[in-house]
Amino acid sequence: MTEQTIKLEILRYNPEADNEPSFGTFEIPYNEAWSLLDALEYIKDELDSSLTYRWSCRMAVCGSCGMVVNGRPQLGCETFLRDHYPNTIKVEPLANFPIEKDLIVDATGFIEKLESVKPYIIDAVDAMKANPAKKVKETPKNEIGTYNQKPAELGLFKQFSMCINCMLCYSACPQMGLNPMFTGPAALALGHRYNLDSRDHGSDERTEVIQDKNGVWSCTFVGYCSEVCPKNVDPAAAINQNKAQGAQDWALSFLMPRKGEK
Amino acid sequence: MQIVNADIVIVGAGGAGLRAAIAAAEKNPGLNIALISKVYPMRSHTVAAEGGSAGVVQAHDSLENHFQDTVAGGDWLCDQDTVDYFVSHSTEEMIRLENWGCPWTRKDDGNVNVRAFGGMKIERTWFAADKSGFHMLHTLFQTSIKYPQIKRFDEYFATDLIIEDGRAQGVVAIEIATGEPKTFLGCAVVFATGGSGRVFRFNTNGAIVTGDGHAMAFRAGAALRDMEFVQYHPTGLPGSGVLMTEGCRGEGGILLNKHGYRYLQDYGLGPETPVGEPKNKYMELGPRDRLSQAFWNEQRKGNTIETPLGDAVHLDLRHLGKEKLMERLPLICSLAKNYLGVDPVTDPVPVRPAVHYTMGGIRSDQTCKTDIPGLFVAGECASNGMHGANRLGSNSLAETVVFGKVAGEMAVDFASQATQSDEKILAEQGRSHLSRIDAMRNANGTEKASHIRHEMVQTMEKTLGIYRLGEEMQEGVDKIAELRERFKNVKVEDKTKVYNTELLLAFELDSSLMVAEAMAVGALNRKESRGAHQRLDGFEQRDDENFLKHTLTYFNGDKAPRLDYEAVNITRFQPAERVYGAAGEKQGEEKK
Repeated sequence: MTEQTIKLEILRYNPEADNEPSFGTFEIPYNEAWSLLDALEYIKDELDSSLTYRWSCRMAVCGSCGMVVNGRPQLGCETFLRDHYPNTIKVEPLANFPIEKDLIVDATGFIEKLESVKPYIIDAVDAMKANPAKKVKETPKNEIGTYNQKPAELGLFKQFSMCINCMLCYSACPQMGLNPMFTGPAALALGHRYNLDSRDHGSDERTEVIQDKNGVWSCTFVGYCSEVCPKNVDPAAAINQNKAQGAQDWALSFLMPRKGEK
Repeated sequence: MQIVNADIVIVGAGGAGLRAAIAAAEKNPGLNIALISKVYPMRSHTVAAEGGSAGVVQAHDSLENHFQDTVAGGDWLCDQDTVDYFVSHSTEEMIRLENWGCPWTRKDDGNVNVRAFGGMKIERTWFAADKSGFHMLHTLFQTSIKYPQIKRFDEYFATDLIIEDGRAQGVVAIEIATGEPKTFLGCAVVFATGGSGRVFRFNTNGAIVTGDGHAMAFRAGAALRDMEFVQYHPTGLPGSGVLMTEGCRGEGGILLNKHGYRYLQDYGLGPETPVGEPKNKYMELGPRDRLSQAFWNEQRKGNTIETPLGDAVHLDLRHLGKEKLMERLPLICSLAKNYLGVDPVTDPVPVRPAVHYTMGGIRSDQTCKTDIPGLFVAGECASNGMHGANRLGSNSLAETVVFGKVAGEMAVDFASQATQSDEKILAEQGRSHLSRIDAMRNANGTEKASHIRHEMVQTMEKTLGIYRLGEEMQEGVDKIAELRERFKNVKVEDKTKVYNTELLLAFELDSSLMVAEAMAVGALNRKESRGAHQRLDGFEQRDDENFLKHTLTYFNGDKAPRLDYEAVNITRFQPAERVYGAAGEKQGEEKK
């Protein structure tokens, strides 16, 4: 009995030797239980130890193994050989990022964008420190010191807190290719997540980044970001809600210059 | 060689490392903190923890209950002073995480909800659906961004501790993106480098859980303690080992053998409790070691279910209904669907035990100090006496933040009183470690690291599994020693500097082999059965007279580690028979 095999075409790039990336082909034993990560590990362990990619948890929560599979941004751990067999699987690094080596892209810009939206609770004290003219009422706390937050209030932002920072949405976003300065779907959704949190009073602090021309207004609402998101975060919805809010604030700023005081 | 100066150097940016960094920044905002991690912080394995994090919060619960559950759960190998500190500080850490934005699951009145967990007498596990570790990690990472004095070095791989004047004063770490080794100097060092479950073949752990910090501290003279205690989580998916959280059983999931029988009642965990009415410390809410052992026995009796990916039992969640499953266990449902094609709403999920957690680690205490002055440890890499011979589920997430904070603050105190040695001498020592890095980079032997790794993980699984035999453990000790010897003849084929992951895998394997040897030697010499260390060769009973003590292993060059023992700190809870189910209840009543 001949062993069943499957072919993988993987974009390879070694910056110390290659002028530009090119595809390498590997033929490996076909195992219907294997994910793409299992296949890559087989190649690295048995065929070419220089194959370079990021991975860790194997369960779609660490966000390391985003790659482009047959043209679509996906997690390697959630891509199964059985869904492609007997066809060849084409694997490329995430688009819209500089390639470092093989399937590894430079994520530093992405991390800086995440940091830029101030993704942490800005409580009443900090909000008033940032803007002493503003009067902010602290969110009430329960007896033990936790903020009181009803399930419905949690429900407002929960979806946007599910982002695993896998960067698939940046790879999918056509605007990201045209404007690398675009803050991007995941980071904007994260900022929105905190703005929607009843414990937070920092939305004014985030406005500059979120409403910037490189913020939500750089989005042309293609929506592919939400389509590829492995966690149904729906960053497109987050961006759209902010556009609506931004437009409203802009209009209100003419009518009521003191808006923003809660 | 570039020198990076900091006041405190933290290695590892998972739950414990991030918490340590924040604690240090808050305790003394004037200090510079270098936070080094081989992956971006949100990739750290804390992210994969599902079920929740323990902290007493209900009026009818008490710190004493949590203390007793933990010590008994650890089969009395816990240091009771450490457990006391832990239980009395975990709730405040859970509250702090809430204040920082952690989306804990709520009750209708706006308070945080808690769920039942194995071996816990009363519900005290805080949870964020079944993504508790994910949310804790992201909350900590995002909160850490507030502190400009925390300077992150993401994707830096630490290889060696710098010890001068008898104390830890930094590390050497390779910038992965460029391949450049750099010397990080600080007056105190914190290791929060995680566990080492990847030394076993079938495990729930991420690729990065390779025992790097253990090996660095070990080679620098710190003891690894209680390494033989390796936890098998009873419910991993066959094939991948992907975790099905204990929260499944906390919410009411049941375990069935191939006859549809709830077999746990035959293993001292009964009597059977009604389906859909989970009872704390009964049946499916017994501790992990007992449940994994029951699986092994069912397999021997031929009562397990054959699947293409190996023998399994059924985790049945169907009676919880779709709505509850989607609210409380959404990740589990999608993982079972994606990895096994099984929908928990309509079908039972095949599961089997998988290596999950290492109770042992770098010897420390409740102040996170180690054998090396200036080196503090927290999280899974530490053996501070928390978990004894078996960890209770939801105690380890809480541990990362309780002791992460302690480690960060202790590092600040230590750094404020220490004077850095002459920088020239420290830089010289940094350079001296280059030879090891160069040797690994240029390794040109005949052994494939990947094949040595395959042999290691198979050996550990075969000889140091759920039940152990002296003869087999000896085989394990011998095999790991052979693999360490063969590793000297390893070949690293990729010679590039940029993102040379083959080189990093070789370093990780070197560390894993040392850790594996400490586990094997510790296990072989522990001639009793306790918690997760169960023998079938004449040492089936717990032996408090001879083995109510911690195993210490010390680095001994190419030879097997040197072995020693030390007393367990027992303050008030004297060792007793460890019983669950009805027998546990009876014991509790007799005590009153």
